[in-house]
Amino acid sequence: MNAYATHADDHHDHHGPAPGLMRWVTTTNHKDIGTLYLWFAFIMFFIGGFMALIIRTELFQPGLQIVDPHFFNQMTTLHALVMIFGVIMPAFVGLANWMLPMMVGAPDMALPRMNNWSFWILPFGFAMMLSTLFMEGGAPAAGWTLYPPLSLQTGDALPFIIFSIHLLGISSIMGAINIIATIMNLRAPGMTFMKMPLFVWTWFITAYLLIAVMPVLAGAVTMLLTDKFFGTSFFDAAGGGDPVMFQHIFWFFGHPEVYILILPSFGLVSEIIPTFSRKRLFGYSSMVYATASIAFLSFIVWAHHMFTVGMPLIGELFFMFSTMLIAVPTGVKVFNWVSTMWRGSLTFETPMLFALGFVVMFTIGGFSGLMLAMTPIDFQYHDTYFVVAHFHYVLVPGAVFGIIGGVYYWLPKWTGNRYNEGLGKWHFWLSTIFVNILFFPMHFLGLAGMPRRIPDYAVQFTDFNQIATIGAFGFGFSQILFLILVVKCIRGGEKATDRVWEGARGLEWTLSSPPPYHTFSVQPVIK
Amino acid sequence: MAEVARGHYFVPEAAKWPIVGSIALTLIMGGFAAYLNGSALGSKFSIVGFILLVVMLFGWFGTVIRESESGTYQPWEDMSFRLGMSWFIFSEVMFFAVFFGALYYARVLSVPWLLGEGTGIETHLQLWNTYSEIWPTNGPGDLGESDFHMGWWPLPFLNTIILLSSGVTVTWAHHAIKVNHRAQIIIGLFLTVALGFLFVYLQGVEYIEAFHAGMTLSSGIYGSTFFMLTGFHGMHVTLGAIMLTVMLFRAIRGHFTPERHFAFEAAAWYWHFVDVVWLGLFIFVYIL
Repeated sequence: MNAYATHADDHHDHHGPAPGLMRWVTTTNHKDIGTLYLWFAFIMFFIGGFMALIIRTELFQPGLQIVDPHFFNQMTTLHALVMIFGVIMPAFVGLANWMLPMMVGAPDMALPRMNNWSFWILPFGFAMMLSTLFMEGGAPAAGWTLYPPLSLQTGDALPFIIFSIHLLGISSIMGAINIIATIMNLRAPGMTFMKMPLFVWTWFITAYLLIAVMPVLAGAVTMLLTDKFFGTSFFDAAGGGDPVMFQHIFWFFGHPEVYILILPSFGLVSEIIPTFSRKRLFGYSSMVYATASIAFLSFIVWAHHMFTVGMPLIGELFFMFSTMLIAVPTGVKVFNWVSTMWRGSLTFETPMLFALGFVVMFTIGGFSGLMLAMTPIDFQYHDTYFVVAHFHYVLVPGAVFGIIGGVYYWLPKWTGNRYNEGLGKWHFWLSTIFVNILFFPMHFLGLAGMPRRIPDYAVQFTDFNQIATIGAFGFGFSQILFLILVVKCIRGGEKATDRVWEGARGLEWTLSSPPPYHTFSVQPVIK
Repeated sequence: MAEVARGHYFVPEAAKWPIVGSIALTLIMGGFAAYLNGSALGSKFSIVGFILLVVMLFGWFGTVIRESESGTYQPWEDMSFRLGMSWFIFSEVMFFAVFFGALYYARVLSVPWLLGEGTGIETHLQLWNTYSEIWPTNGPGDLGESDFHMGWWPLPFLNTIILLSSGVTVTWAHHAIKVNHRAQIIIGLFLTVALGFLFVYLQGVEYIEAFHAGMTLSSGIYGSTFFMLTGFHGMHVTLGAIMLTVMLFRAIRGHFTPERHFAFEAAAWYWHFVDVVWLGLFIFVYIL
């Protein structure tokens, strides 16, 4: 791609935003909506993190200390739902809103009014979800997977949690449709598919995953609703149904969903590493094909979440081998990131630090995933803290580090100011040290047999649990640094240049920092 | 896509309808949830929300139709609408796939396991040893009052003919638009809408027959899959027929030119989609 295409944005035919609060409620501007998404995700990050700290505080000692077991289960359930649907997914959509139009040279998102609606469903959906905490019988406590028959014992919260999931699903589907339409229809002339930046590619594929599986989740929770209130027996053996059927349907959604939570971070890291290596991305096309392969495989591996449920042997074998296949395209990606750095002229600004942290620690999560993929071994690990360690490694120092790295990478572009690099480095090192103190001991706990979703445990697990809790508080409070840094950066600081980073390539860097309200109203031509 | 720089892409200014839609959806769903929990106020909230949603749809689509008629949209914007509608329909396909999946799972796996197939032999002997129904079934617990079987003859077969014919009439209307034959557009659309609502009516007749025979959503897995699949399909037919009704009124008011009539095409795509889903239902729910 020609990164230095004509500086095509025009200052004459655009209008500024409407003043006041209504600007944010009625905006159709992709930058405004991106900002809304990112702040929403940031607020939810602290809410979900607060829940995590309640969990970790209870687990600091064996025995029951501060919460009763039912409330503990509500916290594990809501922590997951908030972090998945309220933090990682909105943060990705926010980054997509801000960056995709600028990266492909588009004047805005393809369907700007629907874009507004995608965002403005979210606060309502989460208000509904969090309101269940105050209902008769409390919030849902059966885990975010909502397995029946346990989830059907939820009190008044059940229909509310189901409808809030419907709302979030509607929002995600509309967001995904918008992203696909933008990428397919609004690319600048000359920007062929194989010239698109990797973040655009990974989001393109993620959007397809979203459209394919969010309706599946909607169907699954609809069946829960009708089983509870309308007498159907989808998940009731007495009527010829099967509770295991819910698990199959749920994980047919759930496994693509976990790639929805990681693929855009792959894209972010693939933007950041080349910039700070001052080299082109190694193996661009293999990155694209690897992403597509991972997306395809995500549809045929779902039952590895349920090896212990009692499937026929042939099923166990199929899902074991298909799962292990995922290591191949993922390995291609890690190899390419490392090879991009090979003989590069490296510098270690904060976005690069987070990207490197991502590569190392995501890979740890990938390896523990391979261990879990092996059916006979999974029989031991299933529903233990080993699983908790695994998915937190891929989601926190994986997905979340990718997001934070992306925010640091583009923050000077968005605000026009450079952030405080010293504070950023503190944020990175504190986060990295504490996230490992938090999650690494969980591997040992799981291997030793500590089950997940349990408020109490046998005394021999105390030491590692206390270490993990210390890590949790350290990690949680380190994020306040990030909040301070972002606010300071918005309020002022050293002015950023248009290109911001010496090694940066791509259309977004041809725009001023901060970019005007409307960009690329006349599209650049990519040679 | 295009290799030359294009004109100005239409980016609308402030949109007031989305937030109205969010409030409407929240009222509908929150009210319904409260209703399910036994609250007397719940249904009132739902009704207010539904009215608000209708207002929102009129307002939002009205704005888009006015923009379209005033020539705001060029082929570039048109393509975004096409992509949006196509992928929306794909998401609907996946929604139906779940319920078809539940049907296959029950028929191919869970019911045979309850009957003792595979490793289910002990379950069968110990728990459900008198259970012997293959399909249709209301389960080993003999749930509901009946295991009435919905045959494919005569109503479902008639409905198949009706829907397929409506696919023909909507295509006829489309050809009429392309040659700008106004009378044929209106007649074709009218016939399509009429056939669509006739389908929904006959589906209602069939449901009443089923209820009289004691078959409901509570009649085990057969009743569950039957009513959920045909019920969601019926709702989608109704929605598609409403879309086409709007197109009919727009056609009467002189909208649509041979070159520009995407709204009609979107409704027609949707109509073909519910048509194809019905064929799946007819085969897997009624015949097999």
